[in-house]
Amino acid sequence: MIALQNLSLGYGSRLLLEKVSTRFAAGSITALIGRNGAGKSTLLRSLTGFLTPTEGDIRLNSHSLREITPGELARTVALVTTERVRITNLSCRDVTALGRAPYTNWIGRMQPEDEKVVMQSLERVGMSDYASRTLDKMSDGECQRVMIARALAQQTPIILLDEPTSFLDMPNRYELCRLLADLAHHEGKCILFSTHELDIALSVCDSIALIESPDLHHLPTAEMIRQGHIERLFGMENFSILAGVK
Amino acid sequence: MDLKKRTSRIFVLLSVVVPLLFVADLLVGGVAIPAKVIWQALTGGDVEASTRMIILDIRLTKAIVALLAGVALSVSGLQMQTLFRNPLAGPYVLGISSGASLGVALFILGMPLVGLSGSSLGSALGIAGSAWLGSALILGIIASVSHRIRDIMVILILGMMFSSGVSAVVQILQYLSHEEALKSFVIWTMGSLGDVTRGRLALLLPAVLLGLVLAVGSIKPLNLLLLGEQYAQTMGLDIRRSRRLILLSTTLLAGTVTAFCGPIGFIGLAVPHLTRMLFRNADHRVLLPGAALTGGAVLLCCDIISKCWTLPINTITALLGIPIVIWVVIRNQSIA
Repeated sequence: MIALQNLSLGYGSRLLLEKVSTRFAAGSITALIGRNGAGKSTLLRSLTGFLTPTEGDIRLNSHSLREITPGELARTVALVTTERVRITNLSCRDVTALGRAPYTNWIGRMQPEDEKVVMQSLERVGMSDYASRTLDKMSDGECQRVMIARALAQQTPIILLDEPTSFLDMPNRYELCRLLADLAHHEGKCILFSTHELDIALSVCDSIALIESPDLHHLPTAEMIRQGHIERLFGMENFSILAGVK
Repeated sequence: MDLKKRTSRIFVLLSVVVPLLFVADLLVGGVAIPAKVIWQALTGGDVEASTRMIILDIRLTKAIVALLAGVALSVSGLQMQTLFRNPLAGPYVLGISSGASLGVALFILGMPLVGLSGSSLGSALGIAGSAWLGSALILGIIASVSHRIRDIMVILILGMMFSSGVSAVVQILQYLSHEEALKSFVIWTMGSLGDVTRGRLALLLPAVLLGLVLAVGSIKPLNLLLLGEQYAQTMGLDIRRSRRLILLSTTLLAGTVTAFCGPIGFIGLAVPHLTRMLFRNADHRVLLPGAALTGGAVLLCCDIISKCWTLPINTITALLGIPIVIWVVIRNQSIA
């Protein structure tokens, strides 16, 4: 679904990733981990076309990112950022409806089909009862779910999330990650999210992509633990305890 | 759908109120003229020449200008607040009016200094053109640093700096200028809806209409920009093109009105907030026509009040706008 081919990424002379090749499959959920500043957000940004690779290519659905039009890209990749969106008077339904933008006309007119997708997306994340509530009166966890509903309404095969758990408390973190895993396994979405929550990543994800600049190790979760990359990178000697989680 | 009902009710209400205020604006003035005579003058009936002139050339023109200026300033304010994601953005606060002032100062005060002067229509065109250029310049500068101005304070400071910088340049020009040029500039800065002649209206009207057409084209981009540029882009929005479209539209709307009426404060800042309160909506398909109607109504109201007590229009808009600005700062809620 996502294929990195000989990808190099960086800003100016600072290279964050060098000649990285891997692929992320449909129906799988992958956690992107690494130290602060390793290039997690940079990789996600380059996958949404904000940043052009210094070398190599990114292929989405076997189309090169260089050749995809903005409209096509919006129907292929959805992004959920860390940014907190709190807008007075904007209801959950309105926010989710914005996800239909790649499919609506010049003024954003919603067809009955679009309305249906919006309500289904809200239901999928368990927020359909909140449809007419406004975002400024909701908790962080609820807002995050609505932003994911918006990504679902975009009906893209790929969903990228930048630290989706960062504002959430422990129960909410697990619940959110379980929702993401469910979307990958039951709806065939290709989900890639960056996180600092190693325990959650290891317990929920099919595979782990670990950035150790300028390399990227991408392995199935159990294999990643066995090879000891995580312990080495994060310098946690007693980390093996967590291996029992999976 | 409760909200939909509310929306259509307010639209019906506004589309009744605006024509009523327009008629009221025609009725009020220095000379008392009965409604019947006004009707006769408008429909080409048998009326004294001087009365006909008062009605058609002064009151009707002024009422149309008030309506257009209210619509244009409010719509441009709404666009800026969403584009810059700052509730305090508006033509006045952002320094668009300062930019226009600078352009006009350079034209009125600067041209005679280098020995140039234009004919009456030429100078009207020149004032409009220099105001457009001035406001486009300031908008360009602001757009280029816009990723830094999400903070509510930064925008206030930037606007203050722009106005101070502009007034410094203007003072230099004033110091060097002749009395006559100085007088016409000072009068322009006071802001007035009454200086627009029918000839100038022929310039103002198409420019504002074009700005409004572009504004309607910016409705979907504005809705997407509510979530910020990054989200908007991943939902397929061409950020650069939308930015250009919105900035061109705001320049046409705010720049033109400022050119012909002088800097009119607070309408562009306060009316979008009033509109949001009225409609309880964030969708620009509702807010944009809503702000246009509300803005027209508000400025017609201000004009009526200013005529009743013969006060400058800017004093009324300021007294009306300042409480709203204070309310926004104290509440400091994200609107866009």
